[in-house]
Amino acid sequence: MPEGTIAVAMSGGVDSSVVAGMLARRGENVIGLTMQLWNQRRLPELAPDGPSGRCCSLDDVYDARRVAQHLGIPYYVVNFEEQFERQVVKPFIEDYLAGRTPIPCTLCNNFIKFDQFLEMAEGVGARRIATGHYARLNWNESSGRFEMRRAADRAKDQTYFLFGLTQAQLARTLFPLGGFQKAEARQLARELGLPTSEKPDSQEICFVPNGDYAGFIDAYFREQGLAPAAVRGELVTTDGRVVGEHSGVHHFTVGQRRGIGIAAREPLYVIATEPATRRVVIGRNDDLLRSAMRVRDINWVSIAPPAAEIRAAVKIRNKHAAAEAVIRPIDASRAEVRFDEPQRAVTPGQAAVFYQDDLVLGGGWIE
Amino acid sequence: MHRYYFDHNATTPVSTEVLEAMLPLLTEVYGNASSIHYFGQAARQKLDEARREVAAMLGSSAEEIVFTSGGTEADNLALLGIARQGHAITTAVEHPAVLAAAAQCASMTAVGVDGRGVVDPDEIRRALRPDTKLISVMHANNELGVIQPIQEISRIAREAGVAFHSDGVQAAGKTPIDVSGIDLYTISAHKIYGPKGAGALFVRKGTKIVPQSHGGHHEQGLRAGTENVAGAVGLGRAARWVIECGAEEQAREAALRDRLEQGILDRVRGAHVNGAGAPRTANTTNIRFDGVDSDALLIALDLRGFAVSSGAACSSGATEPSHVLLAIGLTKLEARSSIRFSLGRSNTAEQVDGLIEAVVDSVAHLRKLAPAYA
Repeated sequence: MPEGTIAVAMSGGVDSSVVAGMLARRGENVIGLTMQLWNQRRLPELAPDGPSGRCCSLDDVYDARRVAQHLGIPYYVVNFEEQFERQVVKPFIEDYLAGRTPIPCTLCNNFIKFDQFLEMAEGVGARRIATGHYARLNWNESSGRFEMRRAADRAKDQTYFLFGLTQAQLARTLFPLGGFQKAEARQLARELGLPTSEKPDSQEICFVPNGDYAGFIDAYFREQGLAPAAVRGELVTTDGRVVGEHSGVHHFTVGQRRGIGIAAREPLYVIATEPATRRVVIGRNDDLLRSAMRVRDINWVSIAPPAAEIRAAVKIRNKHAAAEAVIRPIDASRAEVRFDEPQRAVTPGQAAVFYQDDLVLGGGWIE
Repeated sequence: MHRYYFDHNATTPVSTEVLEAMLPLLTEVYGNASSIHYFGQAARQKLDEARREVAAMLGSSAEEIVFTSGGTEADNLALLGIARQGHAITTAVEHPAVLAAAAQCASMTAVGVDGRGVVDPDEIRRALRPDTKLISVMHANNELGVIQPIQEISRIAREAGVAFHSDGVQAAGKTPIDVSGIDLYTISAHKIYGPKGAGALFVRKGTKIVPQSHGGHHEQGLRAGTENVAGAVGLGRAARWVIECGAEEQAREAALRDRLEQGILDRVRGAHVNGAGAPRTANTTNIRFDGVDSDALLIALDLRGFAVSSGAACSSGATEPSHVLLAIGLTKLEARSSIRFSLGRSNTAEQVDGLIEAVVDSVAHLRKLAPAYA
């Protein structure tokens, strides 16, 4: 293998295709690898039209292979189905059943893409990996750290899902699209003549068709021979009145309005899910406001773990406009976050990511 | 970069002599072998010659050869043509063409194998039932190269009055074949330097078999469809090469295979031959590397120019743990640490030595990254 080979994680989408194309055009030694993460022939009831158009579908592998052939780079499919089920799908389900709203993309980044995939890429002879993520990386000479910054295209920025990356991982990672607008990436795909240049952007969680995660969990239960009926429970108001029944806490997420199934004068929202009692608490919009939260398993990305309070803008959901807050470290991996203004729907299981302007300080999981 | 092919059990290139034999059938000799006129007769003559050549390789008579589209169709014809309404006995290490066809029979028993991959004939005997119609045991295994005791099993079948089929796709050209005790035997052209899309089923005279495709009365009524004369001629020419040069080539490949196997075992600790101690075909060795992911090793070797195999390819191109390796008692992890090297006519001692170096380097590099391996 030539020195400095770069392995591109190719999903079959336009972004990773462009990454492979631009690196190959630049004269880098590039190999393409596609991760087979989930067998789309499982849970067929979720996709009556057949297993196409989703992650790891044969269509995606076909597209990635076609791009690699177009570029004339070596290409392989590597199987991580077992690891993906163990480290992403099962925790995803367990989180929902525990009343949390998980982010499988972050688990996948932490445990699959930037861990086992990175190891596989190094094993076959690559020095670094490149992905189509929208995030920027730079080396800070004075702090001696790799820093992560929000993407130039703020609408496409994916740093919310990448807060778990360690310095060792960042040292071996390239995000070539970090400085691009999405439209520019597409334009480059066209210039490179890539067969995926007009492919629609992927949406939602890759292994869950149509964003129906509750349907996915129910189907997974049936496949494993578990009875979904065992998770039925009560709908209660914030003052403890039982107002109805529900078919499982995993059908609800904090802040959700639709699908509660109770008529009321003012809009009702899910305030909390209590898996121990299998109760779902509903209430008014104001009941959703929180001014503080605890964050655990924090990974400090661009800075060393702070010893004292720091100010940061904190994102509590991918689509959340980061809110100003004070972060008070409890220890190296836990902190108390106090918002300047109360925030709506602080959801256990989601990530809290800390920013100073573009810089990703770090992030962790909301308790 | 030079590229070297060590995956001859997957397929082989069409040899020069096979290509030369086939070319006229793709150009001037284009008649339908069933036609009465000159053109048809010319094609028929070539088809009949090919049938005699295949029969000569198997030690059968020409009328007992049914040309098919390949090994899979021949296996399906044997299994379903004999045992669709009854019980079939086979083994856990068969090719999917046999296992999946057996699963379509009214009932089936897949007998296990020992740690070397060899089936115990007594277990076949114990699996016999009054409604057993067929015993199907492969001659040589595709992944391990292990040769099964098919003569002994054929005697059990004969005593029980049950038909005996053997899938010889991986045996042809790699070990001597004698169909004297066998009722049905499958071969494939592309494993012996013939074309893809051509194969044959030997069907002993008097064997009651039901055709599995319906149409014209081709191939003694057993395989409807206009004959693929070019493919059959390619298979015939490939068979003739096996008769003329096979023994010498097998000895040459066996020496290279032993050189490869010994070279790896001498220089890589924690390397084990799967199927060791069993009789094996001349060209195959399957080696397990403790603590190494076989997909990563396969890719690393491919990037160095050496083509090997790590298991059965599935539709996406990713690999699943081999049912053969699981059947010989390996764990999933061990199965996922195993690489098949299958040699062929193009390989030389220099290539083998280069492959040994590449394996030594790649395994060392992979183990360095996986600290779990002590």
